[in-house]
Amino acid sequence: MSLKKIIPLLAVLVLLLGVIGGCSSKSGGSKGKTVIEIGSQSPLSGGSATLGDAIRLGAELAIDDQKAAFAKKGFDIQLKDMDDQGDPKKGVANAQILAADKNVLALVGHLNSGVAIPSSEVYEKNNLAMVSPATTATVVTDRGLKSVNRICARDDFQGPAGANFAVKTLKAKKIFIIQDKTAYGSGLAEQFRDQAKKLGADIVGYEGITVGEKDFSGVLSQAVAKKPDLIYFGGVYAEGGLIIKQARQKGFNGPIMGGDGLDSSSTVQIAGDAVKGVYLTSVAGDVSKTEKGQAFAKKYKEKFGKDVESYSAYGYDSAAVILKGIMNAINDNNGKKPTRAQVEKAIRGIKDYDGVTTKVSFNDKGDNTFAKVYIYNFEQAKYPPVQKAEISQ
Amino acid sequence: MLAQIIQNLPQVLIDGLTLGVVYAVVAIGYTMVYGILELINFAHGDVFMTGAFIGATVLFLMLGMGFLAAMPALIVFLIVIVVAGIATGLLGVGIERVAYRPLRRKNAPKLIALITSIGISFVLEDAVRFIAELKTGNYIVTAPSMFNHRFNLNLHHIMPFFDNATFQGSFLLVLAVTIVMLVSLDLFVNKTKWGMAMRAVAQDRDTASLMTINVNRVISVTFFIGSALGGATGVLFMIQYGTIDPYIGFILGIKAFTAAVLGGIGNIRGAMFGGVMLGLLEMFAAANLSIITHGAMGAEYKDVFAFIILILVLIFKPEGLFGKAVVEKV
Repeated sequence: MSLKKIIPLLAVLVLLLGVIGGCSSKSGGSKGKTVIEIGSQSPLSGGSATLGDAIRLGAELAIDDQKAAFAKKGFDIQLKDMDDQGDPKKGVANAQILAADKNVLALVGHLNSGVAIPSSEVYEKNNLAMVSPATTATVVTDRGLKSVNRICARDDFQGPAGANFAVKTLKAKKIFIIQDKTAYGSGLAEQFRDQAKKLGADIVGYEGITVGEKDFSGVLSQAVAKKPDLIYFGGVYAEGGLIIKQARQKGFNGPIMGGDGLDSSSTVQIAGDAVKGVYLTSVAGDVSKTEKGQAFAKKYKEKFGKDVESYSAYGYDSAAVILKGIMNAINDNNGKKPTRAQVEKAIRGIKDYDGVTTKVSFNDKGDNTFAKVYIYNFEQAKYPPVQKAEISQ
Repeated sequence: MLAQIIQNLPQVLIDGLTLGVVYAVVAIGYTMVYGILELINFAHGDVFMTGAFIGATVLFLMLGMGFLAAMPALIVFLIVIVVAGIATGLLGVGIERVAYRPLRRKNAPKLIALITSIGISFVLEDAVRFIAELKTGNYIVTAPSMFNHRFNLNLHHIMPFFDNATFQGSFLLVLAVTIVMLVSLDLFVNKTKWGMAMRAVAQDRDTASLMTINVNRVISVTFFIGSALGGATGVLFMIQYGTIDPYIGFILGIKAFTAAVLGGIGNIRGAMFGGVMLGLLEMFAAANLSIITHGAMGAEYKDVFAFIILILVLIFKPEGLFGKAVVEKV
């Protein structure tokens, strides 16, 4: 073999060794305790990484807080965080990995409804309980799966709450709606549209955009030409921020409204000053309002060096609900490690859990009966926005 | 219905032209490389994206050093676009050196080079993503806004059947810079010695090499120019839209490639024309589809509309609009 051929071979070998080295498991150190893993699936990279990372860190904090309590019973709880990239295919692939790991008893997950829906089919088959901090699409729980729970509100609550606010409080008569064609965005926009119509508002346009594009001037020229009182956007901040900015550039000065997908510091970063006058409905409450929340925000900042995002506390509460469920299941199982089915049942059975931002009681579909919708307004170009209203079911 | 469409027209033309010239310059990168190597360089869209990120980095560095306040915005912009252009030009040459030239030397089938270019495209996307999200975990980068002065075209006053149109300062900038790039490229290819060498290599590589043309060097120059133009357009894109992410090159690359095919791949003027046409078609569809179809089809079908036109053109003129009409191809 000539030298020329050996060099690439060596390069490949080094690369392979590197990969194998990188994969070497970091487990060990559980010191004879039984390991229980809590999965977490959210986009850690990609356009919604800001929100996804907040969920993971929230869950990590909850697990750290309760490590000691579980250690006393002889269990070592660990977080197994995975990146679903906001991509349904990746979410399902990760779900298979989590399902195959027998130590994983439940998971905190999914930010995106579009990812949660196919992934939860895998969880259901494996009796792996999922508690979602953020998926709001109605289908997520309406399929009646035993394993699927969520602590946030549903779109058929969030959308109409937004419509009520837009029509009754902001007095919008002509509304132009834009949605991003995802399960989340179009679901929310439809709910908003139906309620706004019912209240007598005129829907002057209902248009879709493509996720990943940056130029929405076409749709917005159409919107501005119709002279609406309010533009509603169903989607997330990567597109939402640009729509806000480009609408203002086209001379639209009225209110723009969106759902919880805009509830992120990145909306402000992308839209800049244009964000003033933007309203949003969110299923996440403002943590700075309560003492418990302030303490949480402080601890979060100390541990991770980041400010809390809207979903940080929801990630925390989701994980805490799971841990409570597992603890109940352990107690019911005479201190032995429970099965997945037992955990699933225990989590669904949780009543009146008092978390950092929300109380949690699951109904028979897995929806949280205490879930609320909050309405915020960006008065200044800074995050977080100002809370304007709080609506219970 | 028609009245509504005409009312919107000035605004649609402005927005479509902005998008169209961006497509046009990126399309040139595809068409030049195809003209010379008969290789569809799928990595080109990501070279464009890398240019946008390099531009953003330079801009942030200058902002950090306080240059932005001290100098007129136009000079800052020129520095940024030149640096990004040179950097991506070198990147293009490097890609050709590392990935394509070894394949060419071994006379590998063209398909292999095509697959390699797709591979390069993924490498670029993920490398840029990795660097961009190192610090914040969020790879969407928002550049400081420049040239955001708003102009109102008071057309309604002069011609009552038009609505008023608005555009930003950056629109003029994008238009001016791309036109300068397009014209100077056209002159370069048609009037200079290097341009002649490029045309010769495009016509027949073997014969050109017999005529003492250094074929490899000509190919390097082609990659440099194509990539530099792409990278500079990335900077324009960043200024115009303000927000970039590592995946902007994918959709835009496909559209620009389509524009190159529409104009006749291998033909530079064709690519320019195809780009502008695609941009206008797309924007027209986004603004008017639901008016034309009475709400049955919304703006989300704009790409379908644009691509139906493409298919129609290709059915009647498979070589593209400018395909065989001009003998030379570069």
